[in-house]
Order: sequence, then C-alpha cells, then structure tokens
Amino acid sequence: MGYVAIRGGGRAIEGSHAAVENLRTAEGESGTPLSLASIEHQLRLLTSRILSEGGLYHPRLAALALKQMQGDTLEAAFALRAYRSTKPRLLETPLQDTSKMRLIRRISSAFKEIPGGQMLGPTFDYALRLMRLDLANESPEAFRKVAGSFLQNAAVEDLPDSFPKVLDALRNEGLLPPLNTTARQAFDITREPLVFPVPRSAALATMARAETGSLLAIAYSNMRGYGDVHPTIAELRVGYLPVMLPHPVTGELTEAGEVLMTECEVVAMYEGNANDGPPVFTLGYGACFGHNEVKAISMAILDRALQKGMRDGPANPSEDPEFVLLHVDGVDSMGFASHYKMPHYVTFQSDMDRLRTTQKKNLASQTTTATRAPA
Amino acid sequence: MNSEYELPQDEAAYSFGFLDEYAKREIRRCVLKAISIPGYQTPYASREMPMGRGFGTGGLQLTLALIGPADTVKVIDQGADDSVNAVSLRKFIEQTCPSVDSTERTAEATLIQSRHRIPELPLEEAQVLVLQVPYPDALVVVEPSEARRKIMHGEGDYSRLLTKLYEDIVQFKEITISHRYPTRINGHYVIDPSPIPRYDVPQLHHSKALVLLGAGREKKIYAVPPYCNAEPLVFDDVPFRTEDFTDAKGQRRACHRCGATNSFLDEIIGDDDAQGLDKTWQCSDADFCRGQRESSRVMAAQLA
Repeated sequence: MGYVAIRGGGRAIEGSHAAVENLRTAEGESGTPLSLASIEHQLRLLTSRILSEGGLYHPRLAALALKQMQGDTLEAAFALRAYRSTKPRLLETPLQDTSKMRLIRRISSAFKEIPGGQMLGPTFDYALRLMRLDLANESPEAFRKVAGSFLQNAAVEDLPDSFPKVLDALRNEGLLPPLNTTARQAFDITREPLVFPVPRSAALATMARAETGSLLAIAYSNMRGYGDVHPTIAELRVGYLPVMLPHPVTGELTEAGEVLMTECEVVAMYEGNANDGPPVFTLGYGACFGHNEVKAISMAILDRALQKGMRDGPANPSEDPEFVLLHVDGVDSMGFASHYKMPHYVTFQSDMDRLRTTQKKNLASQTTTATRAPA
Repeated sequence: MNSEYELPQDEAAYSFGFLDEYAKREIRRCVLKAISIPGYQTPYASREMPMGRGFGTGGLQLTLALIGPADTVKVIDQGADDSVNAVSLRKFIEQTCPSVDSTERTAEATLIQSRHRIPELPLEEAQVLVLQVPYPDALVVVEPSEARRKIMHGEGDYSRLLTKLYEDIVQFKEITISHRYPTRINGHYVIDPSPIPRYDVPQLHHSKALVLLGAGREKKIYAVPPYCNAEPLVFDDVPFRTEDFTDAKGQRRACHRCGATNSFLDEIIGDDDAQGLDKTWQCSDADFCRGQRESSRVMAAQLA
C-alpha cells in the first residue's frame, strides 16, 4: 500500500522544468548565456535544419528554439512548428523562380564545365575531418580577424550574383521531358490532410519539412539496392531566394524578403516512354529552407522514386508514397515514440486480463487432455 | 541577413484557444461532417500543438476549437485528473483560454477531454466527451495501407477483421483484443474507439453525450453522435466480454478506497509483492471514487 498513481503530477512537472533549467545553466558563474545571433551564425547548419524541419522561415526563432531545447533538433523543429499553428495563412505564394537565387554555392556533377561555372562555396566536402585544435581556445580577437578578411580583395562587381540553371541546357538539347507549364494548384499540406493517392506537390511539400535523418535513411535504401534510381546531380545550389509576393494594393509582384534555401535536381537514367515521343532522362527534385545539402539530395532521389511508384505501383518501400510520406515527419514520429513514456496502466490492465483469461483456458484444456490420455 | 534584428515583443503572444481562427473553423466543419456520418474518419489538416504528437494533440485541437468562455472543462488521463499528462493539458487550456473554468467533477463539466477512459458516471446531453486517439483505424491490425483501408471502410468490408477475431477463438479460445475494441457505429463504419478498455465500450452505445474522437498525428476526426448505435464486433454465439475483476473465489473485487464493485479497477502492486500477493485494487476513475466516498460519508452521517 501507499503507492498512489502519479499523485501531484503538477508539482512533478514543475520540478522537472526546474531540473531542465538547472542543466542549461550548469556552467555556473563562469558561463555566458548563448546569444541568439551566435547560434544563428556559428551553428548555422543546425539553425538551417530547424528552419527546414520546422517549416517556418524565421532564423531568429529557430535559434531561440535551439537554445530553449538545449540543442535537440527534433524538439526545436517541433517548437517552431507549434508556433506556426498560431499564425493564419495570409496568402498563397505564387511560383518562385529559383534561377533568381543569389548563390553562395552551386555545383554540377553531371558536367565538367557548366554555364556560369562551378562554384564550390562553403562546404566541408573536400575538407579533411581532422580536429582543428586551434578552435578549442579561440580568442575573440582571432575570431573577429577572420570575420573581416574574407573576400577583402575582391571587387564587388567581380562577385557573381545569379546563375543559369544547368537543367535548361539539357532541356534545350531534348534530353529531358519538356516542362509541364499547365498551371496547377499546389497542395498545401498545412491546410489539407494527405489522403492517398496524393499529387506530387503534396509529396514534395511533405519531404521539404521532413526530418533529415528519416529522409536520408529511406533515400539510402533506394541508393543501396532497394530501388533503382541511379542519380546524377545535375545541379545543387545553395543561396538566397528573393521571395516575390503580390503587393497588397497594386497586386504587382514585389520582393518581400529572401530565404536561404538549398535546391537539388537529379537526373536519372531514362526509361521506355509510355507516351509516344522519344525516351528522355527522368528528373528528381529536392528543395528545402536553409543550407541542408544531404536533405535536398535525399529528397530529390525520393521524389524520383515516388514518381515511379505513383506511376507503376511501388516495388520498394522508397517508392511507396504512403510508406515514405507518413513516416518521415520528425514531429509526428518523435512525438509518438515519446508518448510511450506516458502512463498506459488502464490498457495494460486490459492486456493482463486477456493474457490471464487465455492462460486459464489453456491450462484447462491441457488438464482435460491429460485426464483423457490414459483412457 | 540583418544582424540587428530582434524578436518583436508580441512574437510569443497567443490568441484565445491558441489556434488561429481559421484552424478552429476548419476543425468545427470537420466535426459537423463527422457527426453527420457517424463513425467516418474525417481527414483534417491537424495543426502542430506545443505538446508531443501522441500526447493528445488531436483531442486538444477538438477541445480548443469547441471551447468557449462559458465552458467548464475536465481533463483526465487513465481516469485520473492529476495524472501528469492531464495536468499538463489542463494547464495549457487554462493558460490559453482565460475565463474557462476547469473542474475535476464529471457532473460539472461541459467538455471532458480524456485519454484511455470514459468516466463511470453516465454523461448527459449537455456534455461533450473528447477522446484522444493514437490509432484511428480499427482495420490497421489487418491492413497497413491507408488507401486500401479507406476502400474497405467504404464497402463496409470488415471480413478480415472478423477473420482475425475468429482465428483468435480458434487459437486461444478467446478474443484477445484487450482495448481499442472494434466497434460498429450506426450499423456501418467500424471504429477504433481509442484505447479505452472493453469495459467502457458499452458506454458509447446510445450515449446521451456527443462523443468526439480526435487523432492529431493521423489527422482524423470521427464521432459517435448522441443516441447512436455502437456495437462491439462479435459473433452471435460469442458474446462481448469486458475485463474480468473477479477474484479466485469468484467474488467481484471492490475498490479498496470506496468499496465500489461497479467500476473499472487499477491493479496496484505493493512493496511486498514477491509472491504476487501484495495487491490492492482501486477505482481508475478518480472522480467517481471520490463521489462514492463522499456519498457514503453522507449516508453514515445520516445514520448516526
């Protein structure tokens, strides 16, 4: 006796909040609180991930979410998503033109040279992953000195701004299917539930805010052999996209701001064309907020895989729209995994009832068999 | 990027009921549809709430879309008002819905949000019961694809579910579904009534109160409208059976606090349970238990 189920739940919750805060400030008097600007810039890839998985472009709030959730990406993206629920949708964004992106990086693995040139930009791709011990005790002076030195000797007019898209060149050559220019309504996953079958735009929107690791895992299954997209990256670009919105008074498209985003287009081997017309390469598209290259590539591969699944029926998990789209959302999956920590004693009582009853019946029938046996 | 940018002061201020008004309107429309087609899983664009998916966000969105300043709300989890999750949800409702009263008394509440239980006290016409749902589809145990399940529901094809029940009887001589017992609503759709024990299923049948079920993660709302048929799936010759609370001597166990023998009981393991003997049983519905104790005190006082 004496055990009472979760009494004083309210006090326990407050206590746990205090414990969380205590750990956040565990450095004690020698600690300095993280500034949101520092998180946003020095942990820019982490912030990018939250922007993308949170599905809301607000870098400062993303930084706040990271600080509050002590670096947990699932929780931080979740907080940003929940904040989004309080805001009405004011208008539908018209199509945005990514060829207008101010790029910080763009590469193509399909061609040695591309119009406008390859621009490696900020990447760890060719850096050795050796520990940089000089960063361990970096002085503020050294930090500021680096900040001022980048591109110091380059004239502003020498710095490129926007670049043509690599795919355009392929399309002009007739190697890609022609652009479908019929105006179609984009599916808004924040206002409509997914009821299968769903259009491609619903799949793209779902993947754009999917959890990076989940998306990567399913895309990787396709790359390894549970699928057959052998992709070539036609173009991967990272940069600031000017967001054009209709002016509230004149209706004219006006630049309302810009968002950092990553876009990836993969070209995959051609297939026999069901419609008449010559065979062409197939395409996969990936795009998300922030600088998240692995996510954009994974998304592009899955887009290509899902298009095949939607057309021919899924032959692999990564080609099944239900399987992919309903299992890649971080907020959903992490929430459900966590909910198992809540009390389940009523349902467990029912489980025990069933097991005990079945055991009893099992025992009874064994006894009957045993008594019958000698006869 | 503008490094001078600071968060505006009103950035974290929330409106009544947290959700924006368009979201509430959408949920109310879905509720109307769900009531009009009893047991049909109405898809809706579930919003992210500031608590985990799986912690009752579907129920919470229903509550927040329906609640008005004159409402009195009760929140329970496993039957208890002070379970951690119930406390957390109630606190959030109090925080975002100023002027709404909260209560622990079933009879006083106009809106009851619950996880895993239906209150023992029969509900009234003026009350709405909101149940939190993890798996909205009873067919999920036999068919993983939602698209295929939707067709099966449309055709009223529950043969695979019935086969599962039949196979249970063949293998175990007993239907092994413990909770979330498939229940046919208004003679057509079979619902997952949320993880309530089988003990609570009969309460759905001809309930005076409207019962709304919300699955946030799975983005579905469905309803058991008042005075609607709600029948657990069974065979003519195999009756539906609720949890068995009789002891070894065949006596119905009683709550050790209030003595009730007509309530769902929690089995509580004591500190000296090495032999599985130190067990007590108490009402899972905390308010019912308190009510029983109060009325027996009143009766005792009257007798004295």
